[in-house]
Amino acid sequence: MIGASLFVSAVLFAIGVGGVLVRRNAIMLFMCVELMLNAVNLSFVALSRLHGVTGQVVVIFVMTVAAAEAAVGLAIIISAFRHFKSADLADIRLLGG
Amino acid sequence: MTAPVADPAFLTRALLPDLVVSGGAMLLLLYGVWGPETEGRRRGLLLGALVTIAAATCATAFTAATLPRTGVGPLATDAFRWMADVVILLGTLLTLMVMRDHAPRARWALAEPAVLVLLAAGGMMLLAAARDLILVFLGIELMSVASYVLAGIDRRNPRSAEAALKYFLLGAFSTGFLLYGIALLYGATGTTDLARIGQALAAGPSVMATAGLGLLLVGFAFKVAAVPFHLWTPDVYDGAPTPVSGFFATAVKAATFTALVRVTLVAVSPTLVPWNEAVWWLAALTMIAGNAFAIRQRNLKRMLAYSSIAHAGFLLVAVATHTPAGAAAIQFYLLAYALATIGAFAVLSAVGEAADGILHARRLEGLWQVRPGLAMAMAVFMLALLGFPLAGGIGFFAKWYVLQAALQAPVPQTALSIILVVATVVSATFYLYVVMVMFMRPRPADAEAPAPTPAMTRLVIATAVVVILVFGVYPTPLVRVARASAASSFPAGR
Repeated sequence: MIGASLFVSAVLFAIGVGGVLVRRNAIMLFMCVELMLNAVNLSFVALSRLHGVTGQVVVIFVMTVAAAEAAVGLAIIISAFRHFKSADLADIRLLGG
Repeated sequence: MTAPVADPAFLTRALLPDLVVSGGAMLLLLYGVWGPETEGRRRGLLLGALVTIAAATCATAFTAATLPRTGVGPLATDAFRWMADVVILLGTLLTLMVMRDHAPRARWALAEPAVLVLLAAGGMMLLAAARDLILVFLGIELMSVASYVLAGIDRRNPRSAEAALKYFLLGAFSTGFLLYGIALLYGATGTTDLARIGQALAAGPSVMATAGLGLLLVGFAFKVAAVPFHLWTPDVYDGAPTPVSGFFATAVKAATFTALVRVTLVAVSPTLVPWNEAVWWLAALTMIAGNAFAIRQRNLKRMLAYSSIAHAGFLLVAVATHTPAGAAAIQFYLLAYALATIGAFAVLSAVGEAADGILHARRLEGLWQVRPGLAMAMAVFMLALLGFPLAGGIGFFAKWYVLQAALQAPVPQTALSIILVVATVVSATFYLYVVMVMFMRPRPADAEAPAPTPAMTRLVIATAVVVILVFGVYPTPLVRVARASAASSFPAGR
């Protein structure tokens, strides 16, 4: 059971990483990052069956931080959208060189 | 096995400096949003921030004096933490002072960035104290979430918005790696406490633990901007407002390195080959690539970004030594580097960007003729970053002690030391280029003189120059303190 949960969590994490590397839309990227965080949460819950309650405590912390990150992140995406009229990273390229 | 809780009274006392900073930030937020921002209110904001930092410094000194060093528990109460707190608070203080002058000129409000800088400082101090991976995660996030907003604080500027977006996306991405690393380590060892992880790993790490350590290191490498995880750095430092970039380059880096040193010395044994080899390669690549990319940069903020990457490489050499002497060298280096970097960004803030928002090296041409003081100060900062003896002051000794720690370690890092010296020689090309531009190029006829340097910025620049030069002649007391703190914090065998 734990092995299966860890496997699913690893697959979800890999999907998240792949999504971040492949996608070019800021909101899609952000959703892939959230997928990574939730994959980690699944790992923690599964592992806490082995090691006690710490893993479940971590999950609460991670969810809180993820919520704060979502609030800040979406605000940043909106502020960038106002300037560039796009959330596509291909259009947001003032910096470089 | 147990949850990371301890005696609440002890935790409160051990967290006192962090609580003071966070509480001060909250009060300042209340004051800042109470009414419209006037010159008087900006003065009040700066005063409030200074009082908060002074109170936090006193709280740090008080806690350091009254709390004994404990070898267990989630919060470290050792001298290494207090030293790191001082560097972080100093970086925060200097940043706030430069920001106070920068905000009205750039026409952004001072209240939000001042509060965010203090909140980030609270996270950094937690990070410096963390002896449990959960606290490492919380400290990094508290610091980072505030930093993402700081990068985008200049809302009217699209470059600032882009910097915030890139910083946020890559920062959140790296958090995922860090967290998965923590999860795997927890799975392999059954604990998130660094010392217990160290004991569990001493028997020889399992595949799961090795993977966890690897992911943890990737997360840290993103945060300290080590090559090949540095790609966000030039864009973020370039787009973010100048004082904010200075804050990222110094305080954020100092706090993350403090945590990395603690994780390395407490949880990872010197014989753990995969981790040590990974740190070795990170250090080598970061030194080489950071300096190589900086050479062709003529955009000064991007150049300083690559310079900060290169310095992360020098610091990683000290991490690779795996000794308390290396930890002491890192603390000394962080102080020297923080002073020079914040000073350099303060000069750039005083010079100001061109109309297109880019701080090109041309802006400094002939600065010697119109602002000799600024030019002299910038020359000192560049020489300090280069590590030039005497004129570069403390910067020379910073590199010297890293080299010493690397060569005197039980496993001498000879190859890394050679790379360090060669990379330093190479870095002379771009640091001295800035000096050359300021002193030897004529001022272009159409270039307007920079606005008079505001008082607080001038104070920051002068303080940084004086400290760099004074300790450059006589670094012994600082080194002694750094060595004593590292030796007492990481006794052999722990």
